[in-house]
Amino acid sequence: MKLKQFMKGDGLTYLLVIVAFAILAPLNAGGFLSRSFSGLLIPICCYMSLAVSLNLTVGVLGELSLGHAGFMCVGAFSAVVASTSLAQLVPIPGLRLAIAMIVGALFAAMVGLIIGAPVLRLHGDYLAIVTLAFGQIIKELVGSLFVGKDTHGLHVMLNLRGNLTLEDLGLEDGGVAILKGAQGAVGTQPIATFTAGFFLVLLTLAVVLNLIHSRSGRAIMALRDNRIAAESIGISSIKYKMMAFILSAALAGAAGALYGLNYSSLQSAKFDFNTSIMILVFVVLGGLGNIRGSLISAAAMTILPVVLLEFNSYWKLIYALLLIGVMLVSNNAKLKTMLGQVKMRLHRTNKEAS
Amino acid sequence: MEFLAYLISGVSLGSVYAIIALGYTMVYGIAKMLNFAHGDVIMVGGYVSFLAVQNLGLPVLPSVLLSMAVCTVLGIVIEALAYRPLRSAAPLAVLITAIGVSNLLQNAALLIWKAAPRVYTPVVSGSVQLFDGQLKISYISLLTISACLVIMLALMVFTGKTKLGKAMRACSEDRGAAELMGINVNATISLTFAIGSGLAAIAGVLLCSFSGTLMPTTGSMPGIKAFTAAVFGGIGSIPGAFLGGLLLGVIEAMAQAYITTSLANSIVFLVLIVVLLVRPAGLLGKYVPEKV
Repeated sequence: MKLKQFMKGDGLTYLLVIVAFAILAPLNAGGFLSRSFSGLLIPICCYMSLAVSLNLTVGVLGELSLGHAGFMCVGAFSAVVASTSLAQLVPIPGLRLAIAMIVGALFAAMVGLIIGAPVLRLHGDYLAIVTLAFGQIIKELVGSLFVGKDTHGLHVMLNLRGNLTLEDLGLEDGGVAILKGAQGAVGTQPIATFTAGFFLVLLTLAVVLNLIHSRSGRAIMALRDNRIAAESIGISSIKYKMMAFILSAALAGAAGALYGLNYSSLQSAKFDFNTSIMILVFVVLGGLGNIRGSLISAAAMTILPVVLLEFNSYWKLIYALLLIGVMLVSNNAKLKTMLGQVKMRLHRTNKEAS
Repeated sequence: MEFLAYLISGVSLGSVYAIIALGYTMVYGIAKMLNFAHGDVIMVGGYVSFLAVQNLGLPVLPSVLLSMAVCTVLGIVIEALAYRPLRSAAPLAVLITAIGVSNLLQNAALLIWKAAPRVYTPVVSGSVQLFDGQLKISYISLLTISACLVIMLALMVFTGKTKLGKAMRACSEDRGAAELMGINVNATISLTFAIGSGLAAIAGVLLCSFSGTLMPTTGSMPGIKAFTAAVFGGIGSIPGAFLGGLLLGVIEAMAQAYITTSLANSIVFLVLIVVLLVRPAGLLGKYVPEKV
């Protein structure tokens, strides 16, 4: 009975991920997948874990965040810096990837802490606009950052007035420039692997699902459902909000790290408002607070554009129409009552049969 | 003198933001939704006026009127098809739909008008020279600032004095009670979208006259900034949107001139964050405490 319950809930989610990996990994290794699809495997893992982590903020904590790509950006670029500067020290790519992802998560968590402290005092649309603002600021800051490495260590420079170039970094001969302002990171070793993506998704799931079922998770959901009632029974609003927000930022940072190390060149312009919105779309389509839904919609919505692209050039138009259509149909009041009636009837016949 | 020049360019840019923000704030006040498609209606307005001048050979004023008419109809259609069915749905569902509409407009524009930027001829050209030519103020700046002032005053009179305006305020305060008093809520919301989209057309023409270019993505960044301006001034408040837009434009121009060129947007957003931390409901917004 207990196993049955487990399989209905979180167990099924884990099982889905493991089965998908068990099928796809050998296919990918054997070269049976088309080029465009096998290139999507790592981004799908990243988006899955980004969607689950954003669901922690939007679905479980109940605060709309429009700047999730900002954390992804911090994670990606700190991981690129970490990976490139550790290239000689840690020659094994797998280990270096793990270290880089931890560095990415830590940096993103730090930024989450800095942002969360002021932001979480606000509510609703005001909170949303401030997260949007922070996302833009992070993107622009990273876009004007120069980082280089030589025998003296790391050189960091912020191109505030837009008049500095790589020369001003003062690297000695043989030094490597890792981040070049708006040009971003060029010449990174792409060390991300599908297996690492799989473990990232599993880790994200384990962290988020365990949090939801813990005492803290129940406190977070109590704050979402009724903040005043929750505070009146002694739940600290700021503590639990920060916990969810920072955790979500750290997971997004780790996902961003994997994403960043999947490409040899990466610009901060990639992590703009549209990327934040795309992750939010995954979460809303999958269902607020529904972790399994986030995984499925992240995978489906990443594959869908590629499939549509093969059909014709109108794919973006179709994508937008689909998005509107899904929202209209899934929120149709008549359809909802009809579905409810069907469910009730099914339930009744099931009872009579047993 | 240099400072004055920057100030004037800031104020005129801010006036464009303010016109867009007025549209945002009206729609937010009544429909309680963030209409992310607003920025793309601006882009459509820009294209319609551009094509009316280029292809149909219309003079400037009729082309602007035509673009206002097209945008007004577009706003009403968007509201009726995409937002009205979701009137009782969760706010996030409406937000995602608005994003979908925004994507739809951008990609439709991309297919119809192609991605290549067009050169937009300003609706008025020339400038006045003050202090022996030390200070130049372009006519387009003067036009923008006065248009913004006229629109703001007209909207304040409209919402404050007329019957339809009162119906709007009633809907924004309590939709259920307004309905019970015999106000046609759907028609009122349609009217709000019509006004907001008409303003977006004007903003589109002015914005393109300033920048001189036009692309399918022209509206997105000004849209986000105007939304920021509306929140800055207190979303839902008409003078707030005006003030927020102006301040935003001035801060952006000053930051660009004196502090940084590459991070000007960041400074704008940073000021917004600081303002919201001190005044959580914006500069002129009403802070409504939660009741238990």
